Formats: sequence, structure tokens, C-alpha cells
Amino acid sequence: MSATLEKGIRVLKEVIDAPIASYFNSCVHCGLCAEACLFYTETGDPKYTPIHKLEPLRRVYEQEYTLLGRLKKMVGLSRAVTDDELDQWQELVYNSCTLCGRCSAVCPVGNDIVYMVRKFREGMSASGHAPEGIKGAVNRTVTVGSPMNVKLPAVQAQMKHVEDDYGIPIPLDAEGAEYMVMLSSMEIMNFPEYLGAVAKIMQQAGKTWTLCSTAFEATNAGIQIGNSDLAKVIVSRIVEGAEKLKVKTVISPECGHAYTALRWEGANLIGRPFTFEVKHIIEVLGEFQAQGLLKTEGFSTDRLTFHDPCQLVRRGGVIEQPRTLMNMVAKNFVEMPDAGYMNWCCSGGGGASAIEEGEELRLQAFKKKKSQFDAVNPDRVVTACANCRIVLEESLEHYQMDIPVVGLTEMIAEHIPDKSPQAAAKPEGA
Amino acid sequence: MNELQFLTWVRGPGLDIAVGIFLLGVLWRLFEIYSLGRKKDLSAPRHTSGASGLHTVFRRSLPPPGMLKRSPVSYIGGYIFHIGLAIVVFGFAPHILLVTNLTGLSWPGLPSQFVDLAAVVTMAAMVVVLVDRINKPAKRFLSTFEDWFTWAVTFLPVLTGWMAVQHLLLPYTTMLALHILSVELLLVVLPFTKLFHAFTLFGSRWYNGRVNGHKGVPV
Repeated sequence: MSATLEKGIRVLKEVIDAPIASYFNSCVHCGLCAEACLFYTETGDPKYTPIHKLEPLRRVYEQEYTLLGRLKKMVGLSRAVTDDELDQWQELVYNSCTLCGRCSAVCPVGNDIVYMVRKFREGMSASGHAPEGIKGAVNRTVTVGSPMNVKLPAVQAQMKHVEDDYGIPIPLDAEGAEYMVMLSSMEIMNFPEYLGAVAKIMQQAGKTWTLCSTAFEATNAGIQIGNSDLAKVIVSRIVEGAEKLKVKTVISPECGHAYTALRWEGANLIGRPFTFEVKHIIEVLGEFQAQGLLKTEGFSTDRLTFHDPCQLVRRGGVIEQPRTLMNMVAKNFVEMPDAGYMNWCCSGGGGASAIEEGEELRLQAFKKKKSQFDAVNPDRVVTACANCRIVLEESLEHYQMDIPVVGLTEMIAEHIPDKSPQAAAKPEGA
Repeated sequence: MNELQFLTWVRGPGLDIAVGIFLLGVLWRLFEIYSLGRKKDLSAPRHTSGASGLHTVFRRSLPPPGMLKRSPVSYIGGYIFHIGLAIVVFGFAPHILLVTNLTGLSWPGLPSQFVDLAAVVTMAAMVVVLVDRINKPAKRFLSTFEDWFTWAVTFLPVLTGWMAVQHLLLPYTTMLALHILSVELLLVVLPFTKLFHAFTLFGSRWYNGRVNGHKGVPV
């Protein structure tokens, strides 16, 4: 057994807990999880059945943690997990799983399959079987600070642009601000309007906020590849930044996995509860709306639909807020079939969009999303995740569908009236 | 061994052995699984009504939105044979009598004609889900020897019980002895195969409901 395989198996043994044991013992091979997975429904290939993606993990469980399995192993009746096998499983665990969690939502015996995939990736990563594309993203995030090699000067250049365009100062390292706003590299490079939108919204709400020079990148490829050690390094930067600036709330950008990494995994990665709150920007907007701090004017009249990022709805519990916000600014908002809790993935989540060799499969799986779009025929698609957005844009282009994709935060900001002189003189809470 | 001796054995030592293995097996397996424990979740919980372990234990008995249409045979066939098994096992007067003799517990039985019908419907539903397992690509792909074996081990007690009551094929005594033997086989394999989902299903649903309930998602 190679040293890396040994390490991988050791990690797999460590991640197996009572829920995983209970799940493996409950599976009756009914195959219903396949019906919930877009990689199965769009290809018809049974190897993409979610529970099958965990077969090596199941065998490690059986051989290490069950009496019968240990007996079988002793007398040589069981097959050990090999490097070749894990190599084959790379496609199943990464390329064809976006951690969307639909399988966990349908399993009749209640198995949280995506919980197991996330844990299995820890072993895959430790044994050196993670895809190169995500490895690169993690390494860049750990060494440079961003999966796309974005450094502070690039952020500062964007800040300058936004300040010029919107006439609103962008605070950096402002100690004691209420909110610390995080960004994703995708937003810094491709969707700079996000930062402008946040500035406009914060100004109207009269809230203090800041960016942090040592922690501006929210995305965490360590979570996607399944390496808790690296994920911890990335999260720790944000925790240090937030505690140094003494902010009350850290705002996750429009990015699904950044939210999961910070909101749900962060405290567990660093081994203690956070001293600050974590909210997705859409949650913050929902609160502002409820408190009457978000006032929009006018409506978009074109046909709009909302694509729910998986990590925000099924994996995050932010379901109603986007609908309330959409209705504030859209006259013609239509829901796709299965929208909300059971929405279908953009097909590029969970690190899948970073895997070059998985592109063909991803585009095939996108046909599920395409059918949802075809059902309502929208003029524009609104979403709240920069990764969903780029994946949707690229896939729509591939299928020659001319549907622009926009972020919900910037769409809300477009409907916020430019600041009146009176308001400028007396910002609330200043 | 003649048929009477056979019946005496399956009713006496045979049953003792099977029930013993079943009880010890269940206890051991439950310990083996749930003693692994899990780490405390340190993230701040979000509270939403309807999002908890207990909610999911019940809610997952119904098909999630859109799923009934995608796999009607799994759901309808599954409901029929599970409910049918419950009717036959717990509603048939002689079964209740056996439990009363062993434990003193008693409850009213169902009319035997109704139980007869339930047995036939259960067997029909089990054949349908078996055919579905052979026909559906994902089900067939996942299936191993254990899936066919556990199907047979579940089917046989219903078949032999029904045949004994109907006096079909073999003399009543022999068929009854075979029926009891098949139940004993079921008891022995249950803790060590996928049939153990009868116990772990509650734990699995509870964990799923609890882990996601922590995030405020009613799953």
C-alpha cells in the first residue's frame, strides 16, 4: 500500500461517525437517489447513482467498524480499497457531484448522502485523488489568498473604480464597523458591480461596513476539495480579520460554497464558536427589507426567474428572502418547476466548475437546468451565487440560449434611488 | 426426523436459537453503529419550525415533491408491501396468540379473510418491486446477492404462511414447520443485512433531520 493511500484510508477511518454508519446500514438499494441526481437523470448512466459514489467509503466502514466485516477481512474474504479504485472514483466523487444535496432530500430511509460525499472527499484528497483543477484553486487560495490569484492591489483598484462610479467611499479596515463584507474573486474580476451594489445598499440603510485587507476572499476551495486542514487555514484568515476589526457580522458574498464554508463549517474547522455572526448578503437584504431600511423604486417589467443556489436553499436554509426581494423589484417574476427547496443545480457547484476534464459531462447535466428554463421561458435569470452565474452564463451560451444572468444584490441596488442631498447630510446611525 | 418432530424442533430449540441470535444481533449492531458517536456542531444554529430530527423521522415517510411521479413503483409498491407485511405479521390471530404466550401482550386480531387478502396483495407487490429491481437500470446496477437473498428471505414466510393456511401443496404440519423455519431464517439474517434498515431507518432520518435542522432546513 502506498503511503498516500495509507493516509487516505486513515482519514476515511477518522471521518466515519455514527450518522455514516447508520446511513450505510439503512440503504436498501432502492435507487431513488439516482432519480434526484442531475448527473443520472441527464445521462441515464447508473454509475452516477449517488449512493454508488460512496462505495469505497462503505467498504472501509464495513471492513473497519463491523464485526462481520472485520471477520471477513481476517479470513481474506473482503477486497481492500486500492489506489486504482480511488482513481476511478475521482469522476464520481468530484466531476459528477456538485454537493447539491438533492439525494439527501429524497432518500426514503433518510440517508444524508451529500454529508457522506463531503466526508469521502477528505480521504480522496488525502490519498492524492482530487482533480488537478480544484487542487490548483486550493493552492492559490492558500498561498496567494485567492483561487484566481487576485491580490489586494486588484481589490483596491476595484474599490477605486466603484468609488468613482458611484460616488460612495468604500471603507477598508474600518475598526468597529457593524458589517465586514467579503468578496469572491469571481466578483472582483468578473462582476465588480456587486461591490457598488453593496455600497449603495449600505448607504441607504445607514449601516457601517468595511472590507478587510487581510481577508477579502470568501471562497474556500478547501471545502470543495475536502481538505479540512487547508479549509481551516482559509477560514482562519477571515476569523482573524473579523476579530481584529471587531465587526458584529461577516457578510458572505453571492457565493454558495463561501457561505457553507463560513456559516456552517467555519466554527467546526477552527474548533470553537465564532464571536461574530455570519450572514449571506441575501439574508442581510432580507433583514433590511423587514426593518424598512431597504427602499426601492420602480419595477423591472421583463420576465424574470430566480435560480436558487443549492448551498443557499437546501444546504443553507435561505429560501423565502430571495422571493420577497424579487417581488420588491420585479412585476413579472415567474418560478421554475421545482424552484426553492428542490431546485436543480446549475451543474457546476461543489468545485465541479473548476474541473476541466468534467466540462462535457457538466454540459450534459445542464440539460436539467435548461428544461427548467424552457418551462418558464424567462427574459433574464436572477441568482445569488457568482459561481452559479458564471456556470449558467457559459452553459446557456453553449446551448445558444440568449438569456442574461444577473445577481440579485445588484438588481436590488439598481432600483435604489440615487442618494438625495438631505439623506447624505444625515445618514442613520452615523 | 418425521414432520411432527420437525415441527416440534422449529417451535422449540429452533425458535429459541433464532430469537436469541436476533435479539443479541440487534443489540450488538445498534451498539456497533451508534457508539461511533459524532462531533458537536459548533456553528450557530438557525431555528426554523418543522426542522428537527423527529420531524424528519415522520416526514420522510412521504415522497418528497416530484418523486412519486419519477418512481411510482418504488413508492406505491413499497407502501403496499410494507403495510401488507405489518397487517399479516401483527393482525393475524395465531401470530397474536404466539406473542401472548411468549410475553403476555395481547391485541385484537383482524378477520382471517382480510389477512388472507393482505398476504396475497403483499406477495403481488413484492413481485412487482422485484421486477422493478430487474428493470430499472439504477436499481439493477446497485443490486448485489444480498438484495435478491433478502427479498427471498422476506417473501418465503409470507408464501409458506399463506400456503399453510390454504392447505396447499404440502400437509399442514409440514407447511407450518417450513413457515416457522423461514421466519427463523429471517430473524437470523435481519440484523446482519440491509433488512436492518427496519431499525436504523429511525436513526438515519433523525440524524439527517437534525444535521439539516441545525441549518434551519426542514428536510
